[in-house]
Amino acid sequence: MRQTTAPTARRQGRTVTAAAERTAVEPGAPDILTVAREQVLERGEGLTEPQVLEVLRLPDDRLEELLQLAHEVRMRWCGPEVEVEGIVSVKTGGCPEDCHFCSQSGRFPSPVRSAWLDIPGLVEAARQTAATGATEFCIVAAVRGPDRRLLSQVKAGIEAIRAAGIDIQIACSLGMLTQEQVDELVAMGVHRYNHNLETARSHFPAVVTTHSWEERWETLRMVREAGMEVCCGGIIGMGETVEQRAEFAVQLAELDPHEVPMNFLIPQPGTPYEDFEVVEGAEALRTVAAFRLAMPRTMLRFAGGRELTLGDLGAEKGMLGGINAIIVGNYLTNLGRPAQQDLDMLRDLRMPIKALSETL
Amino acid sequence: MSDSFCAWCGGAAAEGDHAACQRRRVLEPPRYCPHCARRMVVQVTPAGWTARCSAHGASSSDSDRAASAPTA
Repeated sequence: MRQTTAPTARRQGRTVTAAAERTAVEPGAPDILTVAREQVLERGEGLTEPQVLEVLRLPDDRLEELLQLAHEVRMRWCGPEVEVEGIVSVKTGGCPEDCHFCSQSGRFPSPVRSAWLDIPGLVEAARQTAATGATEFCIVAAVRGPDRRLLSQVKAGIEAIRAAGIDIQIACSLGMLTQEQVDELVAMGVHRYNHNLETARSHFPAVVTTHSWEERWETLRMVREAGMEVCCGGIIGMGETVEQRAEFAVQLAELDPHEVPMNFLIPQPGTPYEDFEVVEGAEALRTVAAFRLAMPRTMLRFAGGRELTLGDLGAEKGMLGGINAIIVGNYLTNLGRPAQQDLDMLRDLRMPIKALSETL
Repeated sequence: MSDSFCAWCGGAAAEGDHAACQRRRVLEPPRYCPHCARRMVVQVTPAGWTARCSAHGASSSDSDRAASAPTA
């Protein structure tokens, strides 16, 4: 699998994202950014799939103009606040699934070993997150779905965080759920559930073979119906074509999640994607802006990989190009830049951090 | 005790070029014990990491920072 899947996908990604491959707009056709200004900025209607594709094909010399429009859309339909979140892995590694990007799959020769975070460690992680001014703390586990032991650990962890007086909202990301498990999480006070579709439906079978895109969608449906906020995004740079990026943006828009975390692939040793190239900065920013134009009212969160793909300057450009939420501090198995650096960036950009009272 | 192995790739520190490993380590915790190259059990938290080698014990981002800090 490693020898056949990765090179094919890599070749695909290179071909479709090369500037020389971007198609010219037909003569006389309205300019896509002019259309988006009227449709998205003025009326609040997200772009359609062909329109998102057109945005993704804009040349680099129109990137600044695109980012400016995406920022205006964000400010108009979401406001200036930025939601800050911290995440922690309560159960690391040893996952039975084969998500090709993931160093926590037990199916690949990754150096990541299995680990469990104990309750004091979980409470300390929540405390560290709250100290940054974050309003969200997401408890994550590398599993197909939670078993009784994991749910008990999460329940005890949430109770301990509450007993410690840590004032923060708690989200979870524990894989695919049954209806009973959804109900249990609601009863624990989990207000948001993350479950990423990861990529376009048409590309998903090339990324994951042990479960389907539709199974993930079913969990998201149950989560929404139970009254939890839906958090669903994915990873850019997994060999998807530019057409599939447009497809994914519109599929997410159709789901209409509360939040979309945007990750950029960090090629991990031992995984099938270990030799994939990192998404270029301009490509990443264009994708952020396109997703904003597809989902004008949705919270778009910078998540993993931004440090590698965009660096410090690119992160600022993203914040001024459609992003209105951010994960601060470290990720699940990777390190982020220091939380204070992101908080300083938000201060310099004069973007207020969303307060807890506004989220309740 | 000096490092004998690369904490990122697990290769012998004296063999090969580990410059790329050092660049990756900026955004990754150590995965291999620098003394014996055993894979370590690593826990990343929002503000740091801890790692445990079955032979050489625990290390953390705090001890890592202290070790690399200039002495007075």
